[in-house]
Amino acid sequence: MSRIAGSETEVAIRDLRRRYVPLVSTVAAILLGAMLPFVAISPWLPNLGFLVLLTWRLMRPEIWPVWAAAGFGLLADIVSGAPLGQSTLLWTAIFLGLDSLDAWMGVRDYWLDWAAAGAAILFHSVGVWYIALLMRSDVAFWIMVPQLVMSVLAYPIVARLILALDRWRLAR
Amino acid sequence: MAPPKNRRLGFSRRAHFGLFLGYVVAIGAALIAVLLLAISIVDPRGFAALRGAALDVTAPVAGAGRSVGDFFSGIGESISNYWQAGSENAELKQQLADTRRELIRSQALEYQNRRLNALLGLARAAQDEVTIARIVGSSYDSPRRLATLSAGSAAGVALGQPVRSPDGLIGRVIETGRWAARVMMITDGASNVPVRLVRDGTPALAVGRGDGTIELRTLEVGQNPFRRGDILVTSGVGGLYPPDIPVAVVTSSENDSAVARPIADPSRMDYAIVLRVFQPAAAGPLDTAAPQPIAPPIAAPPPPTPRPGQQNNPRYQPGLQQPQPGMMAGPPAPAAPAAAPPR
Repeated sequence: MSRIAGSETEVAIRDLRRRYVPLVSTVAAILLGAMLPFVAISPWLPNLGFLVLLTWRLMRPEIWPVWAAAGFGLLADIVSGAPLGQSTLLWTAIFLGLDSLDAWMGVRDYWLDWAAAGAAILFHSVGVWYIALLMRSDVAFWIMVPQLVMSVLAYPIVARLILALDRWRLAR
Repeated sequence: MAPPKNRRLGFSRRAHFGLFLGYVVAIGAALIAVLLLAISIVDPRGFAALRGAALDVTAPVAGAGRSVGDFFSGIGESISNYWQAGSENAELKQQLADTRRELIRSQALEYQNRRLNALLGLARAAQDEVTIARIVGSSYDSPRRLATLSAGSAAGVALGQPVRSPDGLIGRVIETGRWAARVMMITDGASNVPVRLVRDGTPALAVGRGDGTIELRTLEVGQNPFRRGDILVTSGVGGLYPPDIPVAVVTSSENDSAVARPIADPSRMDYAIVLRVFQPAAAGPLDTAAPQPIAPPIAAPPPPTPRPGQQNNPRYQPGLQQPQPGMMAGPPAPAAPAAAPPR
């Protein structure tokens, strides 16, 4: 691809790409997560939509306002069969928490990034488990541990994918 | 890229206001989410239309992908089958012999059962199928164990209906769309299935544990009648699940608790049979379940008024005054007036 846009259309296309790649990739991950075509015996796969959203937030804190998490969460609740309000609440809380973390810490390095993601994933798992408990699904927390570990381990992989996507998004 | 030391946005009042507004909107959204969550918890059937519509949109895509998933899960199984073929062969021969003996015994029992049932005049209610559908997906990251079914209200699927595979019980319907439905599997923590031991009929409750196993709770404290390998079937108590559907096999039984594995293996089941609710009055929640409609008492016909001459008759019985079949009730009605002759 040429580094210089050749026409107005090309400029418009690049502008669209720059603006909407994070949004479209997150919505796609949420929808994909709701349509995985197999039956899981116990929770062990990471929540794809949540992981992609979290990665975008940690990598590019400036692209979304805080309340964007509520919109994504509502969509995720509607399509995934979770009680309505679950992801809306948890994801907004996580965004608010990360904002205050950024205000407090300033710069984050790779390990701190992973630690922040791990803390957010832990909070999310505990929240989901507690809400299930309120819905009278009385299960032990340890059944969430495989899913928790898989999510924390998947974060660096997803981060690399999102980084590649981000490079493509901003490529000139 | 290091962010600036402080998060001051310069002197732009607009930027300050935008950031502040962002937080206000976010916190407002979180409060609304709490409200939605409270409604979902109090009334899990709320928002049914919205969720049903979303289910309709996502289920067909999952259905199309299911065959691909089956292919990949099949590969691992065929490889391990190859390695275990030798030892499995001997084991299977032994099992076959055992099963044949069991089969003969059960055929005899079935014959006896049929005779006794006929003797008692018990007509077993036909297990009506609502429809047969595919299981196209499930929850995979949450503690709930919910599966998606490729048939909805258009095929007659309704809330509360039990779902089984040819092997055994899967769960029951908790959400319906037009062309898709969500099923709470028996391994879900909120699922309680009244079961009984096939061996001696001991009643128990099968409660899911969320990790693919089921905990068995007896109704008597301090008793543990379960042995490894015991089979449990639905008992029909509660009126939701029809009786005698296989549910689980006991895998471990320690001093106080027993854990079982569902007979319908969730990762392998593809076709599911949706059944009618065993006793329909049990389907709804307690407060909305209408009491069985009681037929209004048939009003007895008013006793005929005695005719003047009958007043003093000591043998007068009002019941006998009803017109009996073949009896003329009274003087024949006067014939219709003859049509006026044409002029």
